[in-house]
Amino acid sequence: MPSRIAAAVFSAALVSVSFIGIASAQDEPPYVVQNGRVDQAVYNGYRRYGEACMRCHGPDGAGSSYAPDLTSSLKRLDFEAFANTVVNGRKNLKNGNENVMPAFGTTEDVVLYLNDIYGYLKARSDDQLGRGRPKRIGDDDS
Amino acid sequence: MTTNKIGLLGCTALFGALLAIGSPARANDELLKLEKDPNQWVMPTGNYANQRYSTLNQITAANAGKLHPVWTFSTGVLRGHEGGPLVIGDTMYVHTPFPNNVFALDLNDNGKVLWKYEPRQDPNVIPVMCCDTVNRGVAYGDNKIILNQADAKVVALDAKTGKELWSVQNGDAAKGETMTAAPMIVKDKVIVGISGGEFGVQGRLTAYNLKDGSLAWKAYSVGPDKELLIDPVKTTSMGKPIGENSSVSTWQGDQWKTGGGSTWGWYSYDPALNLIYYGTGNPSTWNPVQRPGDNKWSMTIFARDADTGVAKWVFQMTPHDEWDYDGVNEMILADIDVKGKPTKALVHFDRNGFEYTLNRETGELLLAEKYDPAVNWASKIDMTTGRPEVVAQFSTQHNGEDKNSRNICPAALGSKDEQPAAFSPKTGLFYVPTNHVCMDYEPFKVSYTAGQPYVGATLAMFPPKGDNNLGNFIAYDAGQGKIIWSDPEPFSVWSGALATAGDIVAYGTLEGYLKIVDAKSGKELYKFKTPSGIIGNINTYTHGGKQYLAVYSGVGGWAGIGMAAGLSKDNDGLGAVGAYKSLSNYTQLGGVMTVFGLE
Repeated sequence: MPSRIAAAVFSAALVSVSFIGIASAQDEPPYVVQNGRVDQAVYNGYRRYGEACMRCHGPDGAGSSYAPDLTSSLKRLDFEAFANTVVNGRKNLKNGNENVMPAFGTTEDVVLYLNDIYGYLKARSDDQLGRGRPKRIGDDDS
Repeated sequence: MTTNKIGLLGCTALFGALLAIGSPARANDELLKLEKDPNQWVMPTGNYANQRYSTLNQITAANAGKLHPVWTFSTGVLRGHEGGPLVIGDTMYVHTPFPNNVFALDLNDNGKVLWKYEPRQDPNVIPVMCCDTVNRGVAYGDNKIILNQADAKVVALDAKTGKELWSVQNGDAAKGETMTAAPMIVKDKVIVGISGGEFGVQGRLTAYNLKDGSLAWKAYSVGPDKELLIDPVKTTSMGKPIGENSSVSTWQGDQWKTGGGSTWGWYSYDPALNLIYYGTGNPSTWNPVQRPGDNKWSMTIFARDADTGVAKWVFQMTPHDEWDYDGVNEMILADIDVKGKPTKALVHFDRNGFEYTLNRETGELLLAEKYDPAVNWASKIDMTTGRPEVVAQFSTQHNGEDKNSRNICPAALGSKDEQPAAFSPKTGLFYVPTNHVCMDYEPFKVSYTAGQPYVGATLAMFPPKGDNNLGNFIAYDAGQGKIIWSDPEPFSVWSGALATAGDIVAYGTLEGYLKIVDAKSGKELYKFKTPSGIIGNINTYTHGGKQYLAVYSGVGGWAGIGMAAGLSKDNDGLGAVGAYKSLSNYTQLGGVMTVFGLE
């Protein structure tokens, strides 16, 4: 089962991204949004989110009929809690619920970009970024 | 359950002959007979032709305004409720999304539960299902109820007791293989598909023997000729033999192994031609740049011999797909006039926004027209080659990886998804639940890992420019390729339709309304808000001499993903009028069946 491996990867991920946690504690947001435009990291977070998360959590992190609105969740969850859930998954099987989030700890396309995905969702959650595909700083696409 | 003695006598000659061969062909005779009995709803598709039409006419355009709910049943499960109940004699069979419980309800005793089947499945199957944990229904045949479980197990239950008779593992969830489609019983075989086009599975249609679940034949959608069950000379496409290596020659290297072509839609059957018809899903990944070639036979209509599985003809609708327009929607078999000529037709409303009318005997393409004027990714279908004329601006391949292709219509969920249309032989029209949604689509490179999503694109969905409605319920003439009337709906119409000889058409909305409209004009005759959004199919039957309509409520499915929080953009541009719509303002999760009647 993936959870053992996931725990190992999670530890590695925590170590390698711990500076993000420190950044949050210093009140620096984990994303760059300038005049409604985002940097490559946040943009990459949007893409990776679309690849792996959107099919349950809906477009733009806004939730679906069976997975939570992440713009709301991230008002409560810090990076550590977020990463823990993504890496290890979560089950909600009581009271008629049949909701299972898979463990993404062994999915390269997710776990290698945890910072970017978190940054994108946090920007959305902080109301710094609207819905839809974000425009990148420097892109000529007004 | 009523035994039909007269019918049995009438079929004795055929039955006797088959008994001599030793094959239990009872299901053959029985289902061919049962599908003609409008008092029962014996298969998820209504009949083998997938017409979703009933000759019942107690409920009519004149009295539909007097309909009301008569009884209800809560399934105990929350998630998207697709499909609908079966009615065999005086027993109703209700199924649920994961965990795929099955109930047998006694219509003679106020829906009392006669038996309940509760599979034990590993919940880790849930996240491997791309688009909610739906299930499109159980099949009945030879006193068995056949269930396709999410974990890709096919199970046969005794229809009277619910006892498990046999089961067979049809796929491996660790590789992203699951099941959501309803099985179809043809003669002595159970026909099942496989889901997993977003996980790089190798799509296939499989036949198991109804008697014991042993394998009869397996026909892949992509791969070497041997696995495809085709004949390079006899299997044709657009009238010409498909030749050798027709699939592998359209993929690079080994890519066909994770090629997709899943079979999660509906299947139909013509007993006179002995052909099974179905369509295949998207090629994996959603990033077209990663898989050069036509990617055959994804996005293809197949006609296969029911006994051997060998394909008689094929027709690929969207070669080298760039938009996730799965070809799995229902293949409606109807004998209609096509451009003035009486034709044994196959009518298919594809995800890609084109309605295709083919000769179901030969596979000849007769007509292909847009059934939503907003469709823009192709200008038309070339009738000599069958290929779409793709508009470069809307080609995600042409625009390339890491580039956002904008304002493509329809969105990936198509002008219509799996929600099945109905055909009325009385009016000659098709009644089609449609989506009116466009998208931005951006492909990017991804790698394959078994059991992990293999998607490679991100999308944003919104209504077409200038429009507010996300769906239309339309009446369509497939002989001419014309929309006859169109009822706009605020949200996509995600339910299966029903047409009857009472000149009514029924459908459900994502807010939860069961609606009845006039078959000729589309005028609304009745509506009722059920407990949750409807993504199931409306079925009809009689009990005690009275006609009823039955439908599941329980929002979810892919509609639940895109619609729950509203779509990405308010594209109306008219300020006050263009409301940013959120489905969650209208409905929450549910799991209830409602039966409507007149009394």
